[in-house]
Amino acid sequence: MSGWKKASRLLPLFGAVILALTGCGDPYLSALDPKGPVAEAQLSLVMLSFYIMVGVFVVVMVIFTYVLIKFRKRPGQNGVPKQVEGNHKLEIIWTVIPILLLLILAVPTVITTFHLSEKKTGDDVLKVKVTAHQFWWEFEYPDLGLATGQDLYIPTGKRIEFELTSADVIHSFWVPALAGKTDTNPGQTNHMWMQADQPGVYKGKCAELCGPSHALMDFKVVAVTPFDFKSWADKMKAAVNRQPTTATAQQGAQVFQQNCIGCHAIAGKGGKLGPNLTAFGDRDKVAGILEFKKENIQRWIKSPQEVKPGNKMPSFGGKLSDQDISNLADYLQTLKVIK
Amino acid sequence: MVGHGHVSHSPKRYTGLMDWLTTVDHKKIGILYLIAGGFFFLIGGLEAILIRVQLMYPENHIFVGATFNELTTMHGTTMIFLAAMPVIFALMNAIVPLQIGARDVAFPFLNALGFWLFFMGGVLLNSSWFLGGAPDAGWTAYPPLSSSFSGHGVDFYVLGLQIAGVGTWIGGINFLVTIINMRAPGMTFMRLPLFTWTAFVTSAMVLFAFPAITVSLVLLMFDRLFHANFFNPASGGNEVIWEHLFWIFGHPEVYILILPCFGIISEIVTIFSKKRLFGYSAMVFATVLIGFLGFMVWAHHMFTVGMGPVANAIFGVATMLIAIPTGIKIFNWLFTMWGGHIRFTTAMLYAVGFIPTFVIGGMTGVMLAVPAADLQYHDTYFVIAHFHYVIVGGMAFGLFGGLYLWWPKMFGRMLNESLGKWNFWFFFIGFHLTFFPQHFLGLMGMPRRVFTYLPGQGFELGNFLSSIGAFLMGVATVILIINIVVTNALPKNAPADPWDGRTLEWAIPSPAPEYNFAQTPLVRGLDALWTEKMAGKKEMTPAEPLGSIHMPSASIMPLIMAIGLFIAGFGFMYHLIPVIVLGLGITVVCMFIRSLYDDHGWHIEPDEIENNRKGVKA
Repeated sequence: MSGWKKASRLLPLFGAVILALTGCGDPYLSALDPKGPVAEAQLSLVMLSFYIMVGVFVVVMVIFTYVLIKFRKRPGQNGVPKQVEGNHKLEIIWTVIPILLLLILAVPTVITTFHLSEKKTGDDVLKVKVTAHQFWWEFEYPDLGLATGQDLYIPTGKRIEFELTSADVIHSFWVPALAGKTDTNPGQTNHMWMQADQPGVYKGKCAELCGPSHALMDFKVVAVTPFDFKSWADKMKAAVNRQPTTATAQQGAQVFQQNCIGCHAIAGKGGKLGPNLTAFGDRDKVAGILEFKKENIQRWIKSPQEVKPGNKMPSFGGKLSDQDISNLADYLQTLKVIK
Repeated sequence: MVGHGHVSHSPKRYTGLMDWLTTVDHKKIGILYLIAGGFFFLIGGLEAILIRVQLMYPENHIFVGATFNELTTMHGTTMIFLAAMPVIFALMNAIVPLQIGARDVAFPFLNALGFWLFFMGGVLLNSSWFLGGAPDAGWTAYPPLSSSFSGHGVDFYVLGLQIAGVGTWIGGINFLVTIINMRAPGMTFMRLPLFTWTAFVTSAMVLFAFPAITVSLVLLMFDRLFHANFFNPASGGNEVIWEHLFWIFGHPEVYILILPCFGIISEIVTIFSKKRLFGYSAMVFATVLIGFLGFMVWAHHMFTVGMGPVANAIFGVATMLIAIPTGIKIFNWLFTMWGGHIRFTTAMLYAVGFIPTFVIGGMTGVMLAVPAADLQYHDTYFVIAHFHYVIVGGMAFGLFGGLYLWWPKMFGRMLNESLGKWNFWFFFIGFHLTFFPQHFLGLMGMPRRVFTYLPGQGFELGNFLSSIGAFLMGVATVILIINIVVTNALPKNAPADPWDGRTLEWAIPSPAPEYNFAQTPLVRGLDALWTEKMAGKKEMTPAEPLGSIHMPSASIMPLIMAIGLFIAGFGFMYHLIPVIVLGLGITVVCMFIRSLYDDHGWHIEPDEIENNRKGVKA
């Protein structure tokens, strides 16, 4: 009998071991390591509810352990224990105390819920329109006339107001270190805001099952200083004048004009069915998931279905020669704005 | 099979396989539910193991993309609709009529129909694996992913769940009427054993919740099969309506599953502490309150949908309220054990393991009720951890405990207690190892329903431990199967009252005879049998003289009606009008025959009952 008691005592220890081994996770991903006011407000509610619950758990476990040790049937113990109907005093206590605890939790809950859903306009916010696609993210800056795919650039210290929608199925826009998630519903527009206090590359994820490659629908939020953000925006606008310099990149640009521009836009020119590639060379991932290097760009162009099953990009493996694909990859790598 | 070794009085008695296909006996239907539910539990468990194999290491390539989504979708759908629901119905069928002193359920024919509809719906759903792929849009099947962006598999989901859902709904009505109308003399509502009370509230919830899922499935079926646009935003539809309809069913469903397990835990804790339930009326009140609040909180599954702060705040606070009646239950169990003589049988181990586990699940439930914080938890492994603590740590622990408790009453054999303890410990440790780390994975940024994750995000250790835990739960399940097989090979010698029970089911032989009670008992207090024991008597006082007992006739028609709908289901899926007509025709013809043909049943005579009694005593 004492074996299982020992085991249940090990549970909290076990939890502590897990925490110690993993810390709070990746500092640019974990919701336990917030990097902006929204995620901080959310974590403080997480911790408040957690502490209240731990208090309740400890009380339950103390009574539980005591009862199981004290009142186990001993050898030779016969007869019938006293049949207790109930106890009004006790029953009122364990009804009223939880009500009080829930009130303590409910008040900040309601306040924060309203606070986080406030909308703001004006010069001190930056508006971003998010459109989710199977399986990539489109970001537009309506006030700046800019658009990016997969990488969202934001200035630190500034409130970013999002309008979110989807082009196909329901997705959910989540940057754990900066803010909780909001669903992107096709045909509807949702609102959320976030702010990054420090520069950094924060990881974003799709949190709603959206098809075979749901797991691979990662994106980045690149927070830079307001000064760097202004220079980034200026360079994005100036990208129209960029010219490829090497011979292979020039040939790659031609391949792009003939095959890719129907879906992908660069510097304002091209379709919107696929991600905007104006700043493709600045990304640190290909298709949000592969390491950024030439082989992976080629691999993606040749057989995108192998990398992200169910995505909408056709395979160019049979359609373009290896040389064309290689040139195209060279060209795409030159599409830099900051690096 | 369960023969009684005496002369048959009626041509309506079948033996062997036909007996099982035609039975309207609630005890045999309970066993059928258990076998079918157990089978689907093994399939759902296998799917869980495969999911954990894929997620054991980062960037595994065993089950990727749509295949992984099929596994998660079918794991969830199977476990909820085809494993948990039927095993609960198995115990309700096997025990509730006995606990209220009834000879049968109110509608034996409907009871059989309910089972066969559930079974055929489940077979239809699982046949998708062999017919072009299982559903892959999640067990919640949110459109437009489930309507315009998924393959043929979702058709199986839509039709299989409609058929199975009708079966469950019929079962719910049957138990409502049974508990209202069939109670023995003296069995007032405030003397009902707690398992029966929870079965009653659960049946009422089934009555109101299942129409919501049926409506949503019909709308989705029209979108998928007949090109309607209920959920298609491009044509003026609205996909968020599905989310509301689904969760108006889906949240009560959680309580439909957990309430009977609260009842089971109450039975186990009282028997093995040798004490009456502490605060019985508070427990009843809490059960009813949980059932009521269960319908008021569905939108807490939708805090990220964009309902706005007013709706989010209201549904958040309403959800927190459920913690109060649940807390009452936990403390009442603790104080039932207080001062008792606690015996640690396998059933009691499951009940004792249930308490801290369910408290953790309830605590994370309150945490999830905070809308602003839920924006971080939602659709992550934190939620996976939470609802497995409630559904496995709560419901599965309760059901396993219930099986160990009532196995002798259902089968006349005692499950092996040593194997039972191995079973419990593997399951308990495996469970916590699987799901405890997932709380942290979610908060560290791992979304649910992902088939892989990149290395270097802090997810490796948690996922590895989680997979090891899942394997341990697999071992526990194998031990349970061994236990059942071993037990089945031993003679049928379980005593009528092996645990020193308190309620009516322990007043009759194990397994219960066909007619349950030779004489309807007179109930003279809460814990009817215990009341008699305390009065110094060994058995119940009869409320009637020994007489001939009316029995319902067996019928093959429930099975044929379910097969008819099964055939029609395939007709709808493949747009084959003759097949639809054939299938629906079979069902409708059976309904006509059933309505026009008067079946008065048959009788068991007193001399046969006497012979049975002597047989038991000898």
